[in-house]
Amino acid sequence: MATVVVVGSSVAGVRTAQALRSEGYEGRVVLVGEESELPYDKPPLSKQFLAGAWDSAKVALLTAEAAEAAGIELRLGVAAKRLDVARRQLVLADGSRIDWDSVVLATGAAARPSPWSVESGVHVIRTLADSKALRADLAVDTPVLVVGGGFIGAEVAATARALGREVTVVDPMRTPIGRVVGGDVGEQFTALHQRHGVTTRFGVGVESITGEAGDLTIELTDGSTLAAGTVVVGIGAVPNDAWLATSGLMVQDGVTCDEFCRALNAANVYVVGDLARWYHPGHEEHLRVEHWTNAVDSATVAAHNIAHPDELRAHAPVEYVWSDQYDWKVQIVGRPATATSHHLVGTLDGKVARGAVLYTDDSGRLRGAVTVNWPKALVTCRRLMTAGATYDDALTQLSALAPAVTR
Amino acid sequence: MPRLLADFEACQGYGNCITGASDVFDIDDDGTVVLLKEEIPEADRARVEEAARSCPVNALTIED
Repeated sequence: MATVVVVGSSVAGVRTAQALRSEGYEGRVVLVGEESELPYDKPPLSKQFLAGAWDSAKVALLTAEAAEAAGIELRLGVAAKRLDVARRQLVLADGSRIDWDSVVLATGAAARPSPWSVESGVHVIRTLADSKALRADLAVDTPVLVVGGGFIGAEVAATARALGREVTVVDPMRTPIGRVVGGDVGEQFTALHQRHGVTTRFGVGVESITGEAGDLTIELTDGSTLAAGTVVVGIGAVPNDAWLATSGLMVQDGVTCDEFCRALNAANVYVVGDLARWYHPGHEEHLRVEHWTNAVDSATVAAHNIAHPDELRAHAPVEYVWSDQYDWKVQIVGRPATATSHHLVGTLDGKVARGAVLYTDDSGRLRGAVTVNWPKALVTCRRLMTAGATYDDALTQLSALAPAVTR
Repeated sequence: MPRLLADFEACQGYGNCITGASDVFDIDDDGTVVLLKEEIPEADRARVEEAARSCPVNALTIED
């Protein structure tokens, strides 16, 4: 029987396996995962799961029963070691090999390791085990230092603060979220931390960390020092592509593929999720995107293209990511960082924040939007982005959505 | 005919379902999903299933 082997058991891999069945693929589907845990979802690991509000069952992506019902063979607890493209085999860490007719590479990305190594008390957060370990340390009433003011850092800071911890966030950039939303709007995110009693030390880096869990000393690049019981390092992710170094595939900060999620120069090799550096036909460039929605969308495209090779579908999404921080539900569509001007509809102030920042550039088109506590505006902006709407049209439509809060 | 079910309490207004199948899903002013149809023709099933599986909080299911 024809076999598709999906390598990676996080959301991109699981959704690929499921979508193969939805698309009518009738061959064998094998899902390989390095972790022995049943597949689980990652976004809650810095939020609800970390806070203790959700348990493991609530973050499950695929139960053993659901896998069996869908005819997905689980091969968990064994890492992929090497891909043999010529023989169409996946070599596993235990030495066994699985033959494939098509293979889907979905090994994702790992947390960028902490450059500061101490015996205990310094965490990264990417896996269920990471989240459990951090949760245990956050239960201790001791100051928390978060290194990195991006999405993960901000979410962990918000969670730790809600648990009652004293929290400081350090980042070498003056407005860390500004990388994504621009400097002006980035400052609103800094104010959000401060409004919730979290100290921000932005524009300063970490020189060294010494000590152990419960008694850590952090020296900053401006010469000052901080004391913390727990440190969380959220400084980005790196693609899990080292195992493909001998495959002959083009591996360069992810695996290069075409607009159909097919690896270059290798038949029947597909790449999805954080690992894929794919050609986006709308942007006319290769991109690697670490967002949940991109993982799911690319999984659907790859599954469709495997099941229906005569009607290939291109992966050309409008970027979308969300983040929950304190009392803000943040949703971001498109590419705000490439814009040259923006306008706020609604308000981002205080306890009643409900607003949308629309972005444009010289083209006069809507280039992106950042919404806060306003899903209807987000959905409207996603539609407008997909349709290639003008900025003026978008402003008119958004203003009509919420006359009461426009100012 | 397959039937679409929504957990309106779980819905967080992420909006992925609408991008996947705008003829089936919409959102109300409070940010909760609206089902534009509940009976899904077999021919639309793959597309609607995939849209449902793009929900980050598993608020959408299809029942036979």
